[in-house]
Amino acid sequence: MALRTIRIFRGTAGNGTFVDYQVEVEEGNVVLDAVLKVQAQLAPDLAVRWNCKAGKCGSCSAEINGLPRLMCMTRMTLFPPDRPVTIAPLKAFPLIKDLVTDVSINYHIARQIPPLRLRPPGPDGIRRMTMDDIERAREFRQCIECFLCQNVCHVLRDHPENWALFFGPRWMVRLAELEMHPLDDDDRRNFLKEKAGVGYCNITKCCTEVCPAEIRITDNAIIPLKERVADLHYDPFRWLLDRLRGKRPIPRPEERVEKAAAS
Amino acid sequence: MAGYRVHEYDVLVVGAGGAGLRAAIAAAQEGARTAIVCKTLLGKAHTVMAEGGVAAALATVDSEDNWRVHFRDTMRGGKLINDWRMAMIHAQEAPDRVLELEEWGAVFDRTADGRILQRPFGGHRYARLAHVGDRTGLELVRTLQQKALSLGIDVFMETSIVRILKDSQRVAGALGFRRDTGELLVFRAKAVVLATGGIGKCYKVTSNSWEYTGDGQALAFWAGAELMDMEFVQFHPTGMVWPPSVRGVLVTEAVRGEGGVLLNSRGERFMFHYIPDYYRAETAETPQEADRWYHDKRNNRRPPELLPRDVVARAINAEIKAGRGSPHGGVYLDIASRRSPKEIKHLLPSMYEQFAKLADVDITKEPMEVGPTMHYMMGGIRVDPETAATSVPGLYAAGEVACGLHGANRLGGNSLSDLLVFGRRAGIYAARYANSLPQAPTFSGDEVETAANELIEPLHRADGENPFALQAELQETMQNLVGIVRTGDELKEALHKIQELKDRTKRVAAVGDVIYNPGWHMAISLGPLLVVAEAIALSALERRESRGAHTRDDYPKEDPHQASFNLVVSADLQGRPQLRKEPRPEMPQELKKILEEV
Repeated sequence: MALRTIRIFRGTAGNGTFVDYQVEVEEGNVVLDAVLKVQAQLAPDLAVRWNCKAGKCGSCSAEINGLPRLMCMTRMTLFPPDRPVTIAPLKAFPLIKDLVTDVSINYHIARQIPPLRLRPPGPDGIRRMTMDDIERAREFRQCIECFLCQNVCHVLRDHPENWALFFGPRWMVRLAELEMHPLDDDDRRNFLKEKAGVGYCNITKCCTEVCPAEIRITDNAIIPLKERVADLHYDPFRWLLDRLRGKRPIPRPEERVEKAAAS
Repeated sequence: MAGYRVHEYDVLVVGAGGAGLRAAIAAAQEGARTAIVCKTLLGKAHTVMAEGGVAAALATVDSEDNWRVHFRDTMRGGKLINDWRMAMIHAQEAPDRVLELEEWGAVFDRTADGRILQRPFGGHRYARLAHVGDRTGLELVRTLQQKALSLGIDVFMETSIVRILKDSQRVAGALGFRRDTGELLVFRAKAVVLATGGIGKCYKVTSNSWEYTGDGQALAFWAGAELMDMEFVQFHPTGMVWPPSVRGVLVTEAVRGEGGVLLNSRGERFMFHYIPDYYRAETAETPQEADRWYHDKRNNRRPPELLPRDVVARAINAEIKAGRGSPHGGVYLDIASRRSPKEIKHLLPSMYEQFAKLADVDITKEPMEVGPTMHYMMGGIRVDPETAATSVPGLYAAGEVACGLHGANRLGGNSLSDLLVFGRRAGIYAARYANSLPQAPTFSGDEVETAANELIEPLHRADGENPFALQAELQETMQNLVGIVRTGDELKEALHKIQELKDRTKRVAAVGDVIYNPGWHMAISLGPLLVVAEAIALSALERRESRGAHTRDDYPKEDPHQASFNLVVSADLQGRPQLRKEPRPEMPQELKKILEEV
């Protein structure tokens, strides 16, 4: 047991400040333990989201000493004992109160993604897939929707207006999961480019760095999706064919931003 | 509390775990205007934590498996006081519900010939659990959540329901509030499906999250429906015991399903000493036979580590009490010496990560320390086995909040199949009932007003007790007096304490305002927690025998006469709980035969 200072953001949008609390921290404690102790003993109205306490539900995302992490999987021993541990809400989402932000935009985006379309099963009615077939997409299915990737994606974090143009890393992972389903039968390339805005990602890999499920978001999800789109839209032979047929080339992402800004 | 908005639906589903999502999908597919209300964000419900798998007699691994064997295993696991009609429907329909998930995009682990792989689990004769590593619940919830969104179902996230509204007798809607804004919400609905899950937060050591405060059970009780089998509380044998902050977090039964063994401080595989007569004929006598079973099920019997959860939890409890426990008050669960590191990481990825990150234990190299943790409520709202209807017209219940399927003890894997099978049925029958009504029955505005005022009261008290402290006292009481092993005297003491807490609940105070205020939310949750705690203690006191998960030190034997009834709790005219014995319907000959022969 040791007394530790926890510095927590308290307040609502435009009206908040960091407040220091002192709580006893036990061996093995994670940051969420300390926060819940503050809530139970010192500040019962401290707002914090959490559920499973085992890194499986992705509810307790926060910025701990500036690093976006899950509070339930961050041990207190990670930080120097003589200095306060600072906990702030996710920056990229509108603040509701204290450590809780409004992440509902993610669920609006989720609704825009068309469901999986499977090709018909074999003659015996059984959908056969091998372990090798499913291995590639398995990684994406481990996403716990903590939205830390959405929070750090600087396309969204630094330019909130881009939420209208780019779905963000979580939803690229979801689309990759659909694209790489072994029995998938859909062509999402136009959707990826036009609706999901895969072109906006400029591969800085911030999302991959913070993913608690250790999904290689950029390398394994987004880049392959970009390649699929490129095959359709930027294939030189296809471009030539389209020109010969008199079709206009589709505008590139930069032009769309200008258009959006103009309107 | 001033004005409120009224939302109109045919079917309102309360809860967004597996049962709620599956019910909502079914209701929407029946053409009902459907909404889901859930206390957390979508996709965070406890189903996400389900690890081992979903039980269904698909027979992809053991071709001898079929619904009859699954029915038999479920009934035997439940010590024969399950609702046999539910057990039959469940065993028959589970395979279709699993295959349907595959149609909606779920990807289960595969056999060598490309079909769904199934793993062995406690109490199931054959390898029966379709799974996705040890993250089956996550796959199930994501699949259902995406399906529900694609059907355009409205979702009210971070919203609590605090009352079922009725006309004189039928459901007319529900009253709730948004947890993030405090805004009062009134739902006008022809039918309500309760799918709120369990009651774990009555106990101190539990695998359940803060959400599981018995809301659905209490809503049903207050609305005039019946609770049944409340004495049967499942303690999962293997929860983490160290460090203190994760005490109770689940360690999946799949560790044992994949070959893990339980050892005491002397290194003994102690489960061989705890095989009940009831299971002796089908359980291995020696470690050698048990180990052979994993590869040759036909000529060997099951390892005792895979006995039903009640048996294993009691055995671990006894070992610890006898002084043969591990340093932190558990026993050892060893997979490291049984499987290669590569296999362990592939089969149990989230267990590997959980122990590495939270306990500094590498499960590929050393054993885990585990002990019993309150995990699941077999009891709950009494429902019609076919339609999931409660005794209140328009009120339905499915999943953990309902009861009947599991009897005195639930087998691992039967929960996920339960919520798929009966979630769907609840949704279908709620929608059909709703579709048969020309309009929603009307409720009285006064009822809304009174309930709304009650809701806000804790915020108006200048000083009073801390709701978190009161919850902690209740948890201490239930843990110590209504735990794994119970006695009449302790149960009476618990009931006395629960009364005291009920009185004190009227004086709790919450500081702050209505915006995302956990202290206020806790004050509201104390009501349901105490309804459930009292029902459990009353039923446990009344059942004077030991059966399944209900163990009485003063009545240590199972009494065949007490297999003839279930205990039912309902509210009397003053709203106090009253108990009665409900005689069990006679099982048809053909089902009896299955139990004897299969």
